[in-house]
Amino acid sequence: MIEIKSVHKSFGALEVLKGIDLTVSKGEVLSVIGASGSGKSTLLYCINGLEPIQSGEIVIDGVSVHGKSTDLNKLRQTIGMVFQQWNSFPHLTVLENVALAPRIVSGKSRAEAREIAARQLEHVGLGDKLKVYPDQMSGGQQQRLAIARALAMEPQYMLFDEATSALDPELVGEVLDTIRMLAEEGMTMICVTHEIGFARDVSDRVAFCHQGVIEEIGPAKELVNNPQKDRTKQFLSKVL
Amino acid sequence: MIGEFFGTNLTANDMWFLCLGALRTLQLTAVAVVAGTLGGIILGIIRAESGWFANTLLGSVLDILRSVPLLIQLIIFNSFVSILGYPMSAYDSGAIVLSLYMAANCTEIARAGVKAVSKSMRWASRSLGMSYWQDLRYVVLPIGFRVVFPSWIGVVLGVMKDSALVSVLGYFELLKSAQTLITRMQEPLFILILVGAFYFALSYPIARLADRLEKSEKR
Repeated sequence: MIEIKSVHKSFGALEVLKGIDLTVSKGEVLSVIGASGSGKSTLLYCINGLEPIQSGEIVIDGVSVHGKSTDLNKLRQTIGMVFQQWNSFPHLTVLENVALAPRIVSGKSRAEAREIAARQLEHVGLGDKLKVYPDQMSGGQQQRLAIARALAMEPQYMLFDEATSALDPELVGEVLDTIRMLAEEGMTMICVTHEIGFARDVSDRVAFCHQGVIEEIGPAKELVNNPQKDRTKQFLSKVL
Repeated sequence: MIGEFFGTNLTANDMWFLCLGALRTLQLTAVAVVAGTLGGIILGIIRAESGWFANTLLGSVLDILRSVPLLIQLIIFNSFVSILGYPMSAYDSGAIVLSLYMAANCTEIARAGVKAVSKSMRWASRSLGMSYWQDLRYVVLPIGFRVVFPSWIGVVLGVMKDSALVSVLGYFELLKSAQTLITRMQEPLFILILVGAFYFALSYPIARLADRLEKSEKR
């Protein structure tokens, strides 16, 4: 379970998160929507401790992310993250990209790590690309590689930070399909996304983030089809 | 035979003398490149990753090393250790100064390499559970090295040529050996052309090898 309790986060004088409260339970898929600069990506970075917070607390399965004695490297192994830029390691083959962390972080043998990697790549439909280098693949394929790379650590949670925003329109579908597949398999996920249709169809709940606060949160279909707050209505009318 | 063809008095013995000089040049260069690169990588990482204070401090020292002509550095260093009562051989002084000079240049290159890896890329490796050092070792350095490899080769070739300056300390590397021959034989033009060819023969294979490595890297 991910518990976010009145989290405040500032960059210098600019307060980006102004008291976020949110709970995501096991098996749930939550999508976070909102305009650029509303703080939704920053929230994800805070959840796995890539960004420090000024006050409040984020607790994952009983472990406080920003606690002084928390082993972040260990905690992060349970949280997979996929970024807007797919960040493939350009000096490694597709297989090595995925096998690296299981080997050096989890201490698996080379053969075992490769086996895990091959299985995850097969899972996201890249089973025929193992020996290829990332720069020979499309953006959509590289983003699926990033998903496989995160999955290879066998995380309990997946965080998606606008995973399709940097993709050409015709490549968005294959990545969304992969995320959808994970949702159906019961993965607990937080997806920051601009794909409102995807958020409505795949998530259990949708949260609308506005200027650093969660303006409205509710069951996915209800929130998207029948928003209650004026700001949510305005935002949705602009993007739908 | 060479002598008859070029109308010179250069003997096989003299050629061997030059070859020994070339070997010493290579040795000096190798020491400076290895020590300087290692030092440069460490300092470059510090420079890329630390705050303005360490950076300003380190930056100004390195700026001095990079801005003062190597010839002056060699003479100052050699005189200083003598004045302080720790006279060094010409080879030792030369190797130390060249290594520092190489390190100063490599620091900037290493820093550029580290900076070439985006914050997002580094977050990606950290988000997989990699520690700071694992990220550096397995992601940042391999990617950065590929980016700055051509500049690094440029500095290596530069140091090889600059090692000629160590001759002012009296070390018999290639140029100093040539000067000795010139003094004896009074054939400066011919010998300098020959020595130039020697330097070319040392540098060119490195440059070619670097080219090939770079191409195979790009696939």
